[in-house]
Amino acid sequence: MARSSDNPNRQAAQSNRRRTLPSTLAAPAQGWASSHVRCLVESLGRLHRRWLASLLTATVIGIALALPAGLYVLMSNLDTLSQSWHRAVQASLYLQDDLSVTEGQALAERLGEREEVDASTYISAAAGLEQFRESSGFGAAIDALEDNPLPAVITINPRSDMSRAEIGALLVSLEDEPGVARAELDQAWLERLYAILSVIERSAWVIGLLLSAAVLFIVGNTIRLDIENRREEIEVMKLLGASDAFIRRPFLYSGFWYGLIGAVLALVLLGICFLALAEPLGALTRSYDGALAMHGLGFDGVLMLLGIGVALGWLGCVLTVNRRLAAIEPL
Amino acid sequence: MTDIVAFKNVVKRYPGGKIALDGISLHLERGEMAFLTGHSGAGKSTLMKLIGLIERPTRGQVVINGTNLAAVKRRQIPRYRQRLGLIFQNYNLLFDRTVFDNVALPLVIRGLGHADIARRVRAALDTVGLLSLERKFPITLSGGEQQRVGIARAVVDRPYLLLADEPTGNLDPALSADIMRLFTRLNEAGTSIMIATHAIDLVERMGHRRIRLDHGHLENG
Repeated sequence: MARSSDNPNRQAAQSNRRRTLPSTLAAPAQGWASSHVRCLVESLGRLHRRWLASLLTATVIGIALALPAGLYVLMSNLDTLSQSWHRAVQASLYLQDDLSVTEGQALAERLGEREEVDASTYISAAAGLEQFRESSGFGAAIDALEDNPLPAVITINPRSDMSRAEIGALLVSLEDEPGVARAELDQAWLERLYAILSVIERSAWVIGLLLSAAVLFIVGNTIRLDIENRREEIEVMKLLGASDAFIRRPFLYSGFWYGLIGAVLALVLLGICFLALAEPLGALTRSYDGALAMHGLGFDGVLMLLGIGVALGWLGCVLTVNRRLAAIEPL
Repeated sequence: MTDIVAFKNVVKRYPGGKIALDGISLHLERGEMAFLTGHSGAGKSTLMKLIGLIERPTRGQVVINGTNLAAVKRRQIPRYRQRLGLIFQNYNLLFDRTVFDNVALPLVIRGLGHADIARRVRAALDTVGLLSLERKFPITLSGGEQQRVGIARAVVDRPYLLLADEPTGNLDPALSADIMRLFTRLNEAGTSIMIATHAIDLVERMGHRRIRLDHGHLENG
């Protein structure tokens, strides 16, 4: 474009370059698509001109998005963690006292062949007592007992890919086996953990919804002020025959940019949080012999956060802009 | 049809009861230039607003370039206004854009391509004698220059009717005469022009048709 190069006012133009950014960036533009692109760039230029105010708005949006996103990451890490504990779940089948050792071993073998079961081990009452004597340190007290108070036990390792509900069903069916007095899942605490996790998950949703609403209001309010500030310009545009869609467009793109920049800031905030947590997390991971790996948002999560940011920014704008623009008519 | 503007028994009563126009019938022929004069409150602005579809008449018919404005629906108004050239007393320029971008605005609104816009904007700026100022911002221009930018913006999309509401209201007599000469030139090039103005001595010297309004009525003269 020759316009900026051969002009006598070039210096003035360059000192004002920031303000003229839109038109100089709009290279030979034809038709609908390019006018949208120009508008997109123009609205970014406009945010850039009031960069401090824009940055503040985007930061508030960023914080509002970072909080639920952080909770989401926490959730999915806890979920992985609980999965790895879940794999260690064992069921104990307490056998009836009248079952002989051979019968017990046969039962263990038969149960081990079921497809839901990875492994089954028969522990006779005597062996159980022996184990208990070794691990508990109550050797003398146990020796004083006349009878072995312990029942024979079959420990069952359910297949590792089974869900909690499937394990529950397995437990019920094992309890119905002849010779089994009682079936118990060892990790009742795991149930409690799951319950706590679902409370956290629900809270994350609620917080996420509330903060999404907050983002809508923030964007809506910012755009409302923006429209008020540009009231005269909008009136002039209407007098010159600009359609509502034409006038609306730059505001919608502002909403888009607020959402996108807010989401990027949210990612930055999350990154900072991860850096701050890196050391204690590392220690935690090492304590699990590296079997436990902490993970961040992941590529999909990043895309999702950006998408949600853009969608909220756009929506907040749409909800405001139509009503506000209709109220402005030239007089 | 040679009339570019035709008012037939037009009444405009504002909410509150004030009657701004009381049964006006008037015609402006294609290619004609006319001055609309009268004291303030005589109905000049209302007449202009009816043509620009900023207001609707209470009764009567307004036909512009063969279009009965009663048939123009609200969402068709932008398209209708694109074919008018409006000029304002306070210029109504956008101060965050260069002269070039201000003049280009009607073409951008119409969605023209960039090369086309640049060519037409330069032609319009050349007509008003401001080609060298295209990179300036309006705030750095004098009142007369600002109004010429306003006129360039009004003519850049070749309107069939140029409407000017007190275009010299904020200018001294010498600049006013300049602006009026510019209108005469545009009219000689074929544009129909209607100018509402207070500057009666200026109008009398120019010798164009004069439409006088008094309290919402036409005065003969």
